[in-house]
Amino acid sequence: MDDPLIIAGREFRSRLITGTGGAANLSVLERALVASGTELTTVAMRRVDAAGQTGVLELLRRLGIEVLPNTAGCRTSAEAVLTAQLAREALETNWVKLEVVHDEETLLPDPVELLDAAERLVDDGFVVLPYTNDDPVLALKLQDIGCATVMPLGSPIGTGLGIRNPHNIELITSRATVPVVLDAGIGTASDAALAMELGCSAVLLATAVTRAQDPERMGAAMRCAVEGGRLARLAGRIPQRFWAQASSPGL
Amino acid sequence: MKAQVNGTSRDLAEGTSIAAVVALVGAPAKGVAVALDGAVVPRALWEKTIVPDGGVVEVLTAVQGG
Repeated sequence: MDDPLIIAGREFRSRLITGTGGAANLSVLERALVASGTELTTVAMRRVDAAGQTGVLELLRRLGIEVLPNTAGCRTSAEAVLTAQLAREALETNWVKLEVVHDEETLLPDPVELLDAAERLVDDGFVVLPYTNDDPVLALKLQDIGCATVMPLGSPIGTGLGIRNPHNIELITSRATVPVVLDAGIGTASDAALAMELGCSAVLLATAVTRAQDPERMGAAMRCAVEGGRLARLAGRIPQRFWAQASSPGL
Repeated sequence: MKAQVNGTSRDLAEGTSIAAVVALVGAPAKGVAVALDGAVVPRALWEKTIVPDGGVVEVLTAVQGG
């Protein structure tokens, strides 16, 4: 069944967007990415002398995976805009996963700074994929100013707490006209499947795979979960009932 | 003269270019971007852009993250 994910006019066969953070080494990362089937993967921008791990760009190019730079670590709109502009210069892409977080303990998006940065980047010609709170109003505002997706969190980054407010995610997917990407909080395959069942167009995750005991196998699990959840969404689930209903004919 | 390069104070010769600073920090050939005093310096201007006294230079590349 041909059912591509389309973001800003670009088609992807995989509905799983991955991060590269948290992997023990590049070899583990490579096997996990291949197993996940992802076609779009985030990288962060850091000072050259503090970079430590290099080679991630070469890996993604070799695997034919599109690079999606993020603005991880930015606390203000100004920082995020400059980081996005540097990423565009370094990586020759005008796509950016926009992250503007408020504090290190929660890593929750700062909605005021986020919306301001998103507006400035859209005006500057970027394809903006904003990491946002599970706030249906903010999601609509991000869409209305021209973001290519909205990417609400399921729960805080790296917690693996899954989707804490499924109704909010459903409110977002029911009103958004751009793709909704569930970003952050995924712990295991059922969380990814639920995101798709709630109407998300894709799932973005990193930690759940890279820090799993077997990242390659979890990458494969996430691929299956996203595909299964998407199929279930398209198939249309049965309504929930209070009382039992026999599935065999009566005697 | 002195400049801040990736957060560290450095003594640079007068007339040092951004291209020279990029080489100084050992940046890889590809996937690198530079900001001077908070603004991006496009790669095409690295040779002819001179770091001013007290300038703040950031040399960034892509790493695993997100």
